[in-house]
Amino acid sequence: MYRAHVLVCAGAGCVSSRSRDVRDELVKILGERDISEEVRVIETGCIGTCDLGPVMIVYPEGVFYQKLGLGDVAQIVDEHLIRGRVVERLLYRAPLTEIVTEKMRDLEFFRRQYRIALRNTGVIDPESIEEYIARDGYMALGTVLDGMTPDQVIQEITASGLRGRGGGGFPTGRKWDFAAQAPVGQKYVVCNADEGDPGAFMDRSIIEGDPHSIIEAMAIAGYAIGADQGYVYVRAEYPLAVERFQLALQQAREYGFLGSAILGTDFHFDLDVRVGAGAFVCGEETALLNSIEGNRGEPRPRPPFPAVAGLWGRPTIINNVETYANVPPIIQHGAKWFSKIGTEASRGTKVFAMAGNINNTGLVEVPMGTTLRELIYDIGGGIPGNKRFKAAQTGGPSGGCLTEDHLDTPMDYDTLLELGSMMGSGGLIVMDEDTCMVDIARFFLDFTRDESCGKCNPCRIGTTRMLSILERLVSGEGQQGDIEELEDLAVFIQETSLCGLGQSAPNPVLSTLKNFRSEYEAHIRERRCPAGHCRALISYTIVAETCIGCGICARHCPSNAIVGERRNPYSIVTELCTKCGVCLQECPVQAIQKR
Amino acid sequence: MCSTVADKVYTIVDRFRDTPGSLIPILHAIQEEYGYLSRDVQAMVASELGISPAKVHGVVSFYSFFTEQAKGEHEIGVCMGTACYVRGAADVLEAFQNQLHIRAGETTSDQRFTIGMTRCIGACGLAPVVTINDDVYGRLAPDRVPELIEKYRRQ
Ligand SMILES: Cc1cc2nc3c(=O)[nH]c(=O)nc-3n(C[C@H](O)[C@H](O)[C@H](O)COP(=O)(O)O)c2cc1C
Ligand code: FES
Repeated sequence: MYRAHVLVCAGAGCVSSRSRDVRDELVKILGERDISEEVRVIETGCIGTCDLGPVMIVYPEGVFYQKLGLGDVAQIVDEHLIRGRVVERLLYRAPLTEIVTEKMRDLEFFRRQYRIALRNTGVIDPESIEEYIARDGYMALGTVLDGMTPDQVIQEITASGLRGRGGGGFPTGRKWDFAAQAPVGQKYVVCNADEGDPGAFMDRSIIEGDPHSIIEAMAIAGYAIGADQGYVYVRAEYPLAVERFQLALQQAREYGFLGSAILGTDFHFDLDVRVGAGAFVCGEETALLNSIEGNRGEPRPRPPFPAVAGLWGRPTIINNVETYANVPPIIQHGAKWFSKIGTEASRGTKVFAMAGNINNTGLVEVPMGTTLRELIYDIGGGIPGNKRFKAAQTGGPSGGCLTEDHLDTPMDYDTLLELGSMMGSGGLIVMDEDTCMVDIARFFLDFTRDESCGKCNPCRIGTTRMLSILERLVSGEGQQGDIEELEDLAVFIQETSLCGLGQSAPNPVLSTLKNFRSEYEAHIRERRCPAGHCRALISYTIVAETCIGCGICARHCPSNAIVGERRNPYSIVTELCTKCGVCLQECPVQAIQKR
Repeated sequence: MCSTVADKVYTIVDRFRDTPGSLIPILHAIQEEYGYLSRDVQAMVASELGISPAKVHGVVSFYSFFTEQAKGEHEIGVCMGTACYVRGAADVLEAFQNQLHIRAGETTSDQRFTIGMTRCIGACGLAPVVTINDDVYGRLAPDRVPELIEKYRRQ
């Protein structure tokens, strides 16, 4: 028996903050103090508070330590684990109020969450099947195999109101039903872990933090539709997810949750991992199927839908990681329980990956219908540096932006669509007043142009043309009529592209045009970037009256574009200036002006 | 083509021969071993699997993860995902380019560094993010770039 458990987050964010070194240091010091037998160290998946990493939670008390350095570990061991005194210095302190919070469960960030898909992520050791089982893991599979017919399983999922979390929000039960209706024979279950939205990382966190929940859900899906084989398609950028999942597969086979005669029944099911190779379009379900088959990941025309003719022409269901993660709890607690959470048309919860200009970056799960304001301000802690909130992008490169006016609208599938955005995978990129919306639109078009598979002309040529107009705008060469041409192209691409990539590619442009048209106009008519971002449209000068001649700017300028003599006002040589803005940051008396 | 390379390629192909849709897993395994997929290797894979070299090349060129060129000893990947872009990834990329005097996608003449732009690696909470080989650096300000390059230069 251990008298204390220490969870160390090993999510992607914390690993990049050197959490592995902190864990090693902890293990080493516990050994030196001779208490390795008393304290168990558990490496978990993403706890969600990426900005505060590396983080450590000490149980039984649930004390939350954050932003740990190697030097802090000994103090936690000596003070907390040996003497039982909380190390206040390392607790979370709210940025504005300075209020210190000791327990994880009291943090505002966690208090407002409702964790279903993330129920185990950041709580258990993802490499231990025993820990998953100890938290009722594989109970739902047992329930299903022990007395539910495939039809009853599908009815339960349908009744829960679960909709796909990967983008479109299609009712999961209906999709399963289509595949179940297909004639008996070889069928497949596929999990989409391609997570193409740059800025979303919930699928990665679930696979890395709770891989067995996906295995269990896919086995349940296999039973429901009559499939004996499944594939999980993981993007190549996530090697740790692949490794963790493969280990989990091995354990599940050893325990008899995969393979033949699962749990002593005559149900057979097994899973394999396929690794993507860097193509955004492979997140689209028919392109993904082509990729699993070993081909170029080009989309196929639909119909036929995968539920009728999918992988190798056989009936196939494809669901997103987060969709699957909801399945075992629905079976376990019932459709009624699930359908009480969220809103009328969007049941349950949604995981959001909050990133960009927001204080508490990280992963949160909240009931559907939570407002943008609650997400950004109450949970996310607001915008850093007292800057103003400008926009939030949802739905990634296929989505659109929400503005100040939308702060109080509920986040659910249908409301977001009405506003010209979409739920997408739940990536939420927050942008402050310094972000140029024309440049953001250019960024997304650059992405979709690059990722267009080239199979259909509207998408390939149309995105190239839109991009060249946007590039013109941000480099100060916009022309009258550019906005109108963008709008025409957008409609054309939307209406004539073969797959969702092209059909949705113009969305970021249309949505920024709708909400920030005056910014486009300023770029064209006034050759001005209102956010002060586009380099071709800004210049830096030194205000001679304010300059104290300290020379700090000249020393920091990477292109030696600042000249002058100490104690006299300095000046900027426009031809040499690359407009990097370092001088502005470094000047102690705010003598640098950006225009 | 030297025979040890050929043997390795054959071993890899054999390992996946019974895997449905084996081409992509095979290419991954070969690239993992050699760092890139030469035209010769692609031709060997094609003849082993009994498919046309054009089909193999079609797959290699479709996916950005596969490369036909050898990379430098240290591979720098500047994440250009949305979260990283909003937090200034373009400035970070520029700092690497200026410091190494090459553009993204290029390798230094001494073959020590390659700069690449990556898609989101899922560490968005700590944007901007850069990977160098298997190491991940979060919240990377452009002014830390010189010291970082120096660290790898010494390795
Ligand atoms: C261009 C494009 C990219 C997509 N990328 C993803 C993705 O990365 N992950 C995902 O789950 N779904 C993605 N989708 C949606 C899938 O096509 C599909 O609808 C989804 O995987 C179905 O699962 P769900 O019903 O559980 O959401 C994408 C769609 C399009 C058009
Ligand atoms: S956008 Fe850079 S890690 Fe996600």
